[in-house]
Amino acid sequence: MLCQQCQKREASVHFTQIINGNKAVMYLCSQCAEKKGHFVISPQLNLGDFLWGFPGLAQSEGFTTVKKPDEVCCDFCGLSIDEFRKTGKLGCGNCYKAFDESLNPILRRLHGGVQHTGKVPKKAAECIREMNELEGLRKQLSEAINNEEYEQAAELRDRIRVLESSDKQCGGAI
Amino acid sequence: MKEDAAQPLPGIDTAISSRIRLARNIAGYPFTTKMTDDQGAQILEKVKDAVFSGTDAQKRGMEYIELHSLKPLDRQFLVERHLVSPEFVERDENRAVILRKDEKISIMINEEDHLRIQCIFPGMQMKEAWELCNKLDTRLEEKLDFAFEKNTGYLTCCPTNTGTGMRASVMLHLPALAMTGYIKGILENCGKIGVAVRGAYGENSESTGNLFQISNQVTLGQNEDEIICGISNITSQISEQERILRLELYKQSPLRFEDRIFRSLGLLKNARIISAEESLKLLSDVRLGVIMDLIKGIEVGKINEMMLMVHPAYLQKLSGGELKPDEREQRRAELMRTHLQDSIQ
Repeated sequence: MLCQQCQKREASVHFTQIINGNKAVMYLCSQCAEKKGHFVISPQLNLGDFLWGFPGLAQSEGFTTVKKPDEVCCDFCGLSIDEFRKTGKLGCGNCYKAFDESLNPILRRLHGGVQHTGKVPKKAAECIREMNELEGLRKQLSEAINNEEYEQAAELRDRIRVLESSDKQCGGAI
Repeated sequence: MKEDAAQPLPGIDTAISSRIRLARNIAGYPFTTKMTDDQGAQILEKVKDAVFSGTDAQKRGMEYIELHSLKPLDRQFLVERHLVSPEFVERDENRAVILRKDEKISIMINEEDHLRIQCIFPGMQMKEAWELCNKLDTRLEEKLDFAFEKNTGYLTCCPTNTGTGMRASVMLHLPALAMTGYIKGILENCGKIGVAVRGAYGENSESTGNLFQISNQVTLGQNEDEIICGISNITSQISEQERILRLELYKQSPLRFEDRIFRSLGLLKNARIISAEESLKLLSDVRLGVIMDLIKGIEVGKINEMMLMVHPAYLQKLSGGELKPDEREQRRAELMRTHLQDSIQ
C-alpha cells in the first residue's frame, strides 16, 4: 500500500488522529508520519540488539560489539545463536555453556561482573565444596610428586579417586 | 498484599510496598522459550507437588490456580494487585499461579522462567520480604533441582536476570518531587547507577498517581544482601528528599497547599462520574494530606487500597460483574464517595 499523503513511498505507519471526537485513520510512510505528528519514529529495537550492541556503534571508541561467531547451536535445546541474537532470550541452562564466548561479554556489559557471589542452593554448595577440595588435592598431589614424597602422593591419589568416583554434577546446569 | 490496619508500617509515608522476586528454572528442562507443551505440563506438576505435598501448604492458605480457569476479568484483577505480571496473563497454556491468602506470596509458574517467586510486604520492608522469599526458595530447592552454575549463578531465560535471579523493588509515592519536577533529575541519576525506575505496572507502564517503582538492574556479581542494601539506601535517600520537599512546600504556602489537597478531597467526595486516571491523581493529593495529618479520620492503608480499586478489573469485581465504560465511571465515583465518607476535614 502506498502512503496516502505523498502517494510515493510504501506506507508503514498506521496513523490515527482524533479531532473533536472524530477519528481519522491514515496509512502513511514514516517520513510523512513524522511531518504530520511531530514525533520521531525510531527503528524497532529488540532486546537482542541491546544485548549484542548496535552495528552502527561498533566503530565508536570504547564500545565493544560482540563478534558474531559462526553458526552455533545449543546441543540440548537446539537454540541457534541467531535466534538468541533476535530475541535476547536463551533456551536452556546448557545455552550458557554453548554460547559461553558470546555470553561472557554480554553479561559483563549488563552486570559489570561475571562471577556469581550470591546464594548457592544447598545441593550445589555441597558439590562445589567437593570440587574445590578435589582441586586442592590435585595441587597437593603434584607438589608431593615434585618433592618425591611418594608415600604422601599415594595417599592423596587414593583420596582423589574416592571423590572422583562420586562423579557429581554441580547444580545440574541443564 | 493485604495490610494489617492495626500497626503503623515503616516508611509508609513514601513507600507503598516492598517486593522481592526470584527467577528460577528447573534443571534438565528447556526454558519456557524452548519447552514443549508436555514439558510445560510437567513443570506445573513438579512445582505444584513441591509446594503442596507433605506440607501443610493448604492450611497456610496457599492456593493453586491454573490460568486457563480464570476469566479475563479475574486475570486482570491479579495484574492490578501486582500478584502476576501483565506478560503472564497474555497466554494461558501451562501457566499457573500459587497464591497465599494474605497476598504476600505469589509464585508464577511458566512465565518467562519456570518459577517467579515473589513476596510483597506493605511499606518499607525489604528485609522482611527477602527473608520470607529466601525461606520459601530454600524449601523449594529441597524438592526441585534449580538450574545453577557456580560462576554464573542461577541460570535464567534472559541474561538480564542471571546470577541471583533477584529483582528487589520498592513502590514509592512521590507527589512533592513530581509536583516540583525534581523527580526528573532523580530518575536520571538512578539510571546512571544501575537502578531502574518504572511506572506502577512495570516495564513500559506510565507513572500514574505519582507512583514510581525503584528496582535493581544488576543481578550478577552482587549478592542478595548487597542488592537489597543498595535499593534500600537509594529509596531512603529519595524518601528523605520527598519528606523535606513536602514540608518546604507546605511552609512556603500553607494555604495553597491545603487548598490543593482539600479541593482534591472535595472532588472525590462529590464527583458523580470519574475516570481511573483522575481518581489516581486526586487520591495522590489525598494520600499526601493524610500523611501530613491535614486530613484526619482515614487510614493511609485505606487510601492505598483505593488506589487499587479505581482500576477496571478490581472495580468490576467489587460491583459483582462486568460494567460498560460509562457505568464504570459512575460506579468508581460512588466507591470513592462511600470510602471517603468517614474522613473528617
